[in-house]
Amino acid sequence: MAELRYAEDGRLLFTEEMRKEYKVLVPQMAPYHFDYLVYALQSEGYDAELLKTDDYELIHEGMKYSHNDICVPAMLVIGQFIDAIKHRGYDDEKVALIIVQTGGGCRASNYIKLLRKALEKAKLSHVPIISLNAQGYEKNPGFSITPRLLHKFHDAVLFGDTLMTLTLQTRPYEKHEGETDRLREAIAEELRTYFDHNKVFTWRRNKKMIRSIIERFQRIETVDKPKPKVGIVGEIYVKYSPLGNNHLEYTLEKEGVEVVIPPLYDFFLYSFSSSAHDIERYGGKKRIKWAYRAIIWYIEIRREKIRKMMRRAGFDTPIPFKDLKNLVKGFIDYGAHTGEGWLLPAEMIDLIEHGAPNIVSTQPFGCLPNHIVARGMLKKLKRHYPESNIVAIDYDTSASKINQINRINLMVSNAFRQFEKEDAQ
Amino acid sequence: MDAYRVGIDIGSTTIKVVVLDENDSIVYDDYKRHMSSISESMKAMFAKLSEQFSEEKMRFNFTGSAGLSLAKHIGAQFTQEVISATTALRHHVEGIDVCVELGGEDAKIMFFEGDNVEQRMNGTCAGGTGAFIDQMAALLDTDAAGVNKLAKDYERIHAIASRCGVFAKSDIQPLLNQGARKEDIAASIYQAIVNQTVGGLSQGKKIQGKVAFLGGPLTFSSELRRRFIEYLNLENVYTPENGEIFVAIGAALEACEAPMSIPDLIERIKAYRRKEKKDARKTMDPLFESEEAYEAFKKRHDKASLEYKNPSEYEGNAYLGIDAGSTTTKMLLISEDHDILFEYYAHNRGNPVEVGRQALKRMYDTLHEGITIKKAYSTGYGEELIKHAFRLDGNEVETICHYRAAKHFEEDVNFVVDIGGQDMKCFQVEDGVITSIILNEACSSGCGSFVETFSESMGYEIDEFADLAVKAERPVDLGSRCTVFMNSSVKQAQSEAAKTEDISAGLAMSVVKNALYKVIRAHDVKEEFGDTILVQGGTFNNDAVLRAFEKETGVEVTRSNIAGLMGAFGAALIAKDAAQPAPFNHSTMLDVRGLQEFTYKTKRATCKKCENHCSLTINIFDNQHRYISGNRCEKGAGFDKGYEEIPNLYLYKYDKLTRYQPEEGRTYEKTVGIPFVLNMYENIPFWQPFFDALGLKVIYSDRSDKALYEKGQDTVPSDTVCYPAKLVHGHIESLREKQPDFIFYPNMPHNLDENPHADHYYNCPIVALYPEVIEANIDDMDEKLFNQPYLTLNNKKKFIDAMKDALAPYVSVTRRALSQAYDTGMDSYRAFREDVQKEGERALEYARANDLKTIVLAGRPYHVDPEINHGIPKLIRSLNVVLISEDAIHHLAREDNVNVLNQWTYHTRLYDAAKAVAPMERVNLVQLVSFGCGLDAITSDEVKDILEDAGDIYTQVKIDEISNLGAVNIRLRSLLSTMEREKDADGRA
Repeated sequence: MAELRYAEDGRLLFTEEMRKEYKVLVPQMAPYHFDYLVYALQSEGYDAELLKTDDYELIHEGMKYSHNDICVPAMLVIGQFIDAIKHRGYDDEKVALIIVQTGGGCRASNYIKLLRKALEKAKLSHVPIISLNAQGYEKNPGFSITPRLLHKFHDAVLFGDTLMTLTLQTRPYEKHEGETDRLREAIAEELRTYFDHNKVFTWRRNKKMIRSIIERFQRIETVDKPKPKVGIVGEIYVKYSPLGNNHLEYTLEKEGVEVVIPPLYDFFLYSFSSSAHDIERYGGKKRIKWAYRAIIWYIEIRREKIRKMMRRAGFDTPIPFKDLKNLVKGFIDYGAHTGEGWLLPAEMIDLIEHGAPNIVSTQPFGCLPNHIVARGMLKKLKRHYPESNIVAIDYDTSASKINQINRINLMVSNAFRQFEKEDAQ
Repeated sequence: MDAYRVGIDIGSTTIKVVVLDENDSIVYDDYKRHMSSISESMKAMFAKLSEQFSEEKMRFNFTGSAGLSLAKHIGAQFTQEVISATTALRHHVEGIDVCVELGGEDAKIMFFEGDNVEQRMNGTCAGGTGAFIDQMAALLDTDAAGVNKLAKDYERIHAIASRCGVFAKSDIQPLLNQGARKEDIAASIYQAIVNQTVGGLSQGKKIQGKVAFLGGPLTFSSELRRRFIEYLNLENVYTPENGEIFVAIGAALEACEAPMSIPDLIERIKAYRRKEKKDARKTMDPLFESEEAYEAFKKRHDKASLEYKNPSEYEGNAYLGIDAGSTTTKMLLISEDHDILFEYYAHNRGNPVEVGRQALKRMYDTLHEGITIKKAYSTGYGEELIKHAFRLDGNEVETICHYRAAKHFEEDVNFVVDIGGQDMKCFQVEDGVITSIILNEACSSGCGSFVETFSESMGYEIDEFADLAVKAERPVDLGSRCTVFMNSSVKQAQSEAAKTEDISAGLAMSVVKNALYKVIRAHDVKEEFGDTILVQGGTFNNDAVLRAFEKETGVEVTRSNIAGLMGAFGAALIAKDAAQPAPFNHSTMLDVRGLQEFTYKTKRATCKKCENHCSLTINIFDNQHRYISGNRCEKGAGFDKGYEEIPNLYLYKYDKLTRYQPEEGRTYEKTVGIPFVLNMYENIPFWQPFFDALGLKVIYSDRSDKALYEKGQDTVPSDTVCYPAKLVHGHIESLREKQPDFIFYPNMPHNLDENPHADHYYNCPIVALYPEVIEANIDDMDEKLFNQPYLTLNNKKKFIDAMKDALAPYVSVTRRALSQAYDTGMDSYRAFREDVQKEGERALEYARANDLKTIVLAGRPYHVDPEINHGIPKLIRSLNVVLISEDAIHHLAREDNVNVLNQWTYHTRLYDAAKAVAPMERVNLVQLVSFGCGLDAITSDEVKDILEDAGDIYTQVKIDEISNLGAVNIRLRSLLSTMEREKDADGRA
């Protein structure tokens, strides 16, 4: 075990020594993206490993070490970590954990502190935790978000979003079962070494890779029989994590629909945009506000290039962030940015307006912001878009799956009926 | 001719089969309760079906929640039940506007608008209706039909929580114990269902026009329909004759896939069963590895026993303990040597006094003159009632009784866990003093009795059911959140063909996990509470539960042979402790004669002494002794003592807030309506003077009460949001009636930055953004009427910018005027805060000077609303205790940070209040938590840590729309009793 050093506030630090000796465990939060984030970390010299566990033991550990009323994401992430250290053969004296911290008025900002409490209870307080955040909380001597790492993360999210969009549009229609997933796995394998270079800021290399990905997806043989589209929106963890949402994407595809999941990047842009918004409205440093806007501008340039390539290859693309933001104007205020905030209704409107009026709105049981921005907005959405077909599902480790499936089934049945009606016309 | 069409509706409790011919006429129908064994029932039903149709090929279509996976696996057609119902409805009747369908597990509502149908189902947290009625019927000692019959003769409706079965049960039990009429309770149960349907399901859409009622409960109970019709003022109602098979008819109408023969279908079902059995479910290790292990276990637990003694062989003194629990009455008469002379255990059956009378009568029948009952004590929910009815010598709060009894078996016991039918109680003992009391909150209620009710529904005695669990090889994981969730998990397991023994063992694990992780919140019981643990309560008579507890904690615990009677035993021991050695002393309890002549009547009344308007039950014994129950404070009980002057910050603050009023006689140009809700309880001292300075007259919404809540409940979009937020809808409606020029309700993501040591100063997401919900859900409101700007009070310039825009449509104000008004408002706000803090200090001083105990009831500013706190402040005052709010004491705390992200201002006050209380003597903190407050999952652990690190007791009171204070009362009295004993212990030391 490395020497344990503590910050002034008493928090255990991740030191330079640990960086060399420790394995850094990453919880699975979004399967399309997190592999690449881990590759990016590995390329920068961290011995990172993604936890892909998904079983009963993990839930049990989560229950044991977190408050039962805490939201499911916190419980599962805590459970996944503790289960890994206790039962999956990691040396507890040689592991560190990494957790994404969002910030803001939602209780999710507290996850890292809850994780720390849980580790203490589990007698693992010697395991350091690294907070990954945009606000500059909790710095560690052994971990620094260099511009290069940041840019690699940026690429990783872009790859994830691109692969997610391509997969979701291809897999339901593939002629040879399993071809899409095989391709995605092959690409993931190639991307393993993609980040092992230092010229990250140039677009050329990125462009080449993405073009090759798109072309290979284009080559997958598909059946030309349209399916109704069902969108997934919701709290960021249960929206993307199969562990959180009982494999919703898989369930829906089995029902015979095409699933649409909005890109992860929009969530980050929404967070930056919200920070800028608050400075504008409640006061703060103008310099920071402009910095956020510049970041959004820069990222959107890259994203637009990718969207163009995808469109040219005949794929549907997510709309630009600016347009997404405009959709919700007059519907809910940009000041509503606790949790998923205005992004959630914006994504729902986007889906409705772009051929996917059927939506599963996922939320952890008892999620506070979702009372407002998800369930709270359904009536207004229905008023503006009578054709919308939205089901709100609460996710909880104790909730019975049959109840969830039954409600999803109702939404899907209606989706098919509407789809056939439109088809007949 | 075209093939017959068969609709098969497999619901959570029943299977319905309907066969239609080509003219859509019903040629066959069948209805059966599947007793949770779907495959067996299906086989029987198919056998019957084939008698009429032999091997004819028919089009089968399945529907219903339990039919889904079956249909999928056997490759049969499946139509979601709401769609089936819609189809059937459209086929049978025209012009339906709304359809309400209540099933065993799910509730659904459909709104028809032309071609468009909007369909909704209840959320996860809203319990099923049929299952709910069955459970409530059991409480009333009848069945579903009996409830309907009772409801016909109701006189009044009691407020019963409509959130879910667990909550409703917590409301009904005390009503029963207070002697409320069963007829009234039955009607109230139906009303709760109506409220839940209107509040939870319709979510903003009005149930009006022509309304169809479907599903078992609505088909079979006329009174439930009547409650709907009366409450919603319905005139045009459609109830199909064959409502119970209506959904199956819909499925038959939808049947369109290739015909199959019955034998073919049966084959497919068999194949599916075989496959299902192989599929892995979430299973756990068996409770016992072997038969021997079980035998050893049994032997170990036989040690802690009381002996039974035949009363005819005993002469001398005896002591009686009566435990009037929430569902059962337990009685124990012990000899001088603690032998059992008489024991009694019975369900209250809704009439605890009568049960008590019978028990005493039976006891007197077995006794003889040589036995003298020296003292008799009561304990439990109904301790006061029983004491007054039979004139016992005394009563004692149940935690103390339990400890007394536990000590008898384990002198050095350091942790007692009691799982009864309804409640769980745990407490920790250090140096002979109870140092920590853990009581379950509403969500965990009823776990114990759930196992029992469930085993009965499966046709097993509870003992048999427990025996099954012992042999289970692969217990099923059934979750642990609450019994409503467990119930649906069980249904799912059954539909997946889990064995009964595995379910029984799974339930035992669920009960234990609920106790350990939900109630006790321990990750390592041994480390936190020591290894001398005594478990008790009727639920632990179940060996499976006992074993599950030992397995999960890794501790070998003690359970006595009277696990279910420990409260009564404790009361008897306390009676013995209290008895004087003098030979002629005997109990004041009614003797044989007195008992024969005993009469008992109840009257109902509403207390009018304050705005709480408590429903009182006046119990009259022997035509002379009166005992009033149902009251929250001393006034209702019929005596006004000098409690008024005991400082009570909740009453003080509420009173002070209502005094921010416009000047009388002044003419104002415009009026602004402010809802008296959430953060307004903090900010009115700012807003009223602010608007007043601008020449606007502030008018407020009415005082919160149930009626006001109901005014707005049909626009509440989320049934799991906290009650304070739900109330906002009613307040807005109340304001609209007053027709102000505009309603002002700002979004305030940030609070005032008042604590430099905190990480941030957010409001919780609900407080911050609830105006958005109002705007989006009260849709018949003029957009211009509702003014909801985004504001901060921290930055004056930004505030003025925002307010200038916000007020522009209504009044024209200059920046200068706004600036002055802001200053006026802030001065007033600061004065208010200082005043509250001063009053807090005064209260502490008063307590010290008068040697009174002090409770810091730590919640949020809006908890001073009597409708939200349900009169708890008055209850505390009537216990002769000084009450301080968190925001009147937090400024006395040291300014350091906590172990969680300290980013919500109200919570910072909470942590600081805890830090301030920690070193104080005779001051204890009770955290007041609203159901659904997700943030309190974080705060409660932290507050607990702060207090326990300082050796203080942490108590939590969780409140919702429930008005049952019984549980709160027990919590507070346990706390006070412990504080008392601690003081005594200190005094001795």
